[in-house]
Amino acid sequence: MDYTQITSDEQASMLGAIGVKDIGDLFEVIPEEIRFTDTLDLPPAMSELELQRALVEMAADNHGPHDMVCFMGAGAYDHFYPVLIDQLISRGEYLTAYTPYQAEASQGSLQAFFEFQTQMARLTGLDIANASVYDGASAVAEAAAMSLGASGKKRVLVASTLHTHYRRVLDTYLADQPAECVELDQIDGRISPETVRENLDEDTACVVIQSPNVWGLIEDWEGCFTAAHEQPKTCAVAVFNPIACGLLKKPGECGADIAIGEGQPLGIPMSLGGPHLGLFAARQQFIRKMPGRLIGRTVDAEGRPAYCLTLQTREQHIKGAKATSNICTNQGLMAMRATMFLTALGQAGMRELAELCYHKAHYLAGRIAELDGYSLKHDGPFFHEFAVQCPKPAGEIIAACKARGILPGVDCSSPRIGAIGEPNELLIAVTEKRTRHELDAFVEVLGEVSA
Amino acid sequence: MTTVTQAEPTMIESMPAQSRGARPVEPLIFEKSVPGQRGVDLPPLDVPKAELPADLIGAPVNLPSIGQHDLMAHYTHLSDRNFSVDGNFYPLGSCTMKHNPRINEWAASLPGFAQLHPLQDDDTIQGVLRLLYETRTFLQEIAGLHEVSLQPAAGAHGEYTALKCICAYFKDHGQAQRRLVFATDNAHGTNPASCTMCGADVVAVKSVDGWTDLDDLKRLIDERGAENVAAFMITNPNTAGLFDSNIARIADILHEAGAMLYMDGANMNAILGKTRPGDFGVDAMHYNTHKTFSTPHGCGGPGAGPIAVNEKLASYLPVPQVMMAADGSFHLDCDRPKSIGKVRGFIGQVGVLIRCWAYISACGGEGLRNVAEKSVLNANYLAARLRDVYEMPFFAPEKGRFCAHEFVTVPKSLLEKGVTLIDIAKRMIDYDVHPPTMHWPVHDCLMVEPTETESKRTLDRFVDVMLQIARQIESDPESLHEAPTESVIRRADEVAAARKPVLVWEE
Repeated sequence: MDYTQITSDEQASMLGAIGVKDIGDLFEVIPEEIRFTDTLDLPPAMSELELQRALVEMAADNHGPHDMVCFMGAGAYDHFYPVLIDQLISRGEYLTAYTPYQAEASQGSLQAFFEFQTQMARLTGLDIANASVYDGASAVAEAAAMSLGASGKKRVLVASTLHTHYRRVLDTYLADQPAECVELDQIDGRISPETVRENLDEDTACVVIQSPNVWGLIEDWEGCFTAAHEQPKTCAVAVFNPIACGLLKKPGECGADIAIGEGQPLGIPMSLGGPHLGLFAARQQFIRKMPGRLIGRTVDAEGRPAYCLTLQTREQHIKGAKATSNICTNQGLMAMRATMFLTALGQAGMRELAELCYHKAHYLAGRIAELDGYSLKHDGPFFHEFAVQCPKPAGEIIAACKARGILPGVDCSSPRIGAIGEPNELLIAVTEKRTRHELDAFVEVLGEVSA
Repeated sequence: MTTVTQAEPTMIESMPAQSRGARPVEPLIFEKSVPGQRGVDLPPLDVPKAELPADLIGAPVNLPSIGQHDLMAHYTHLSDRNFSVDGNFYPLGSCTMKHNPRINEWAASLPGFAQLHPLQDDDTIQGVLRLLYETRTFLQEIAGLHEVSLQPAAGAHGEYTALKCICAYFKDHGQAQRRLVFATDNAHGTNPASCTMCGADVVAVKSVDGWTDLDDLKRLIDERGAENVAAFMITNPNTAGLFDSNIARIADILHEAGAMLYMDGANMNAILGKTRPGDFGVDAMHYNTHKTFSTPHGCGGPGAGPIAVNEKLASYLPVPQVMMAADGSFHLDCDRPKSIGKVRGFIGQVGVLIRCWAYISACGGEGLRNVAEKSVLNANYLAARLRDVYEMPFFAPEKGRFCAHEFVTVPKSLLEKGVTLIDIAKRMIDYDVHPPTMHWPVHDCLMVEPTETESKRTLDRFVDVMLQIARQIESDPESLHEAPTESVIRRADEVAAARKPVLVWEE
């Protein structure tokens, strides 16, 4: 069904009110030679029952973390989230509202986004945050564009340990700008402050460092950002994982000026890569340069607290070609999920969650390193993800594990993540969802597979 | 023993009342925090603790501590302070606030879709790849264009992506100097912003009575040099709610100049199955699934902005692309040497695209044509019933000038009686109607888009509301300055919010 509600009798009376006889009269404006007179070549309309059947069938043709044990990460993580998020987010008052242009009719979403902005500032240790952008990758590109615009400089220093999708999106966005992207070489999977210093010059707009990085390693943000700030107007851009912020030093504690991240781990299903959530926080000085929606606290005509969209003069619908970004929405419902997730866990819960990830990942890494033929690729500290050198090509291990109901990780040589490593390297992520039993069983399978 | 009169009602701000305006302010979640409470628990650690170097550890994150029941109450109360398509007539012009079928939500939440990791091998995700491939072919057919990319995350993102493809095409064909993009003066603000991001210069083309001024277009092409023009961005039906009958002629003018015609698909709802962009000369376009294909607007997102392009532009689309092999299996293709690259991580807004598939599959070809017809019928009906009181610059049925799926009113005679457009909009909130789009595409206008899913009963009530507001303006215009009076808050002070921005709560 097409969900329309006008009956043919109603249509006749409505056409009468308009003063025409036939619905076709309303389409006379479309010249005959370009009218489409066939019916679109689409499958026949399905009833809801048929749709349910077809969708269940297609969903059953997929196997993944819902019916396998998942150790895949590389930018999307199989985390737990409480059912209450799905229940609350299904409320039509959230689901079917639009961008809160009319403050008086949108106080619910405005207040929730204001709370989200506050939580993001606290999570990153920075002063302000926006109401979100598309995803982590586009957030990196927006942050670089903001640094370039704010500093008037032309160079962007990017860690070679940045997630390759983020780097590719950054390249796409910068390709048409008068800007140059310089990659910082890695040493044992991490960026040294010395490398930042060597590449820094007075034309450097920003230094972009992700931690935990694409290998899962914890970078020396403090060292790298101290080096970056040796040039007065250079921005330190931290790409963070929001779960790691529950345990590790936050971007703001390490001297970052801008912090961006992928918010998917905060109560958002992986959904084959989207919709996810771009997180964007910064120091106060960037308030009028921020991309995306900003919610401000104000008062109503009676002096009661009220919330509204603010600083809209930055945005495309006012500024057109002079806007700092073309972004026109936020990821509303995803930001709502993230704020509910953070509220449900609270301060203590976020620390516990991050610790579960950290200790389980280290337990698994230790056990795999003891296996014959397996070793960890890097020596540095890591959070909940690590690269393993295997005695066989990762592709073979993935195939063998798949048959045993395990998704063992990401093949580092896969073009899908830009071939960051060798064919025998596997990137393994561990979240709080994995039990000791699953970790031990995985180690056993890896041992068998290599034999 | 305490008597009722002795008890002090310290937490109660007001008695329950009929009006939403009498509802108490909802405190911030941070103000409700009670240390020691928890909304959800986690299992105990079941492995030995690893060493955790002290210099890595950060300060605790200052998040509120709330029990689960109070958490539910908080977000339920907040939801009660929102207008929505479910609860209100929401005729926001150019946003196509149609009904969001719940089968779509159910579909996207099936574990076999929602739980998939984006880097899984193709052989484990054949079902969802089939769905994405079918969505691609549906959107190709509806556009009458060669190939669709599902990657862009929103309409503006799609615009940007398609312009990148056009620029890449010209660069590849030794015409890198084509950096001018024309757009009509009533274009969406995202159009020029997307151009700037692509390094293109924007040239505004005049519109006359909502239609593109062909003479101005030709003059500008001559003046700026045909060899420098990359594309013309047009919204059709346009932002004044009119289908531009000259569209094929416009396409010819562009093509004669060696340039391309780009269509902003914001208003596709009005032409589904009635005409196809590819058939009237469009080279590239974007869709907004959250407008045309019923995926929810979710307080601002997430949407999806798939783009459709002609054969010339296909090889420049982002990677990965979902493909079907000769044996009927599906895969993700990353090997596209001419691709502009990636515009977001992974594949696209898959969860949104699942909803889009479910909607198109429910409608079928005939259903989509009926969607267009009913959306145009509903808009023309409202326009016809309101035009005597609310002036409509572009609507004149006696001259054969109808609107498409939305109409623009500039209620001059009402505004001359001492009220502002904002007064009218805010009074609509008192009647449970979400105000239409305001001051766009022309000053002092309301742009009304009822959509095809509204019933005649709802449309008639809206007419009553608008006529009632007009009567109030006649009898007591002053009272409208106070509007809204029945909402959860009175008028918000947006000027103060911008003058001294408070974006974050500080205790």
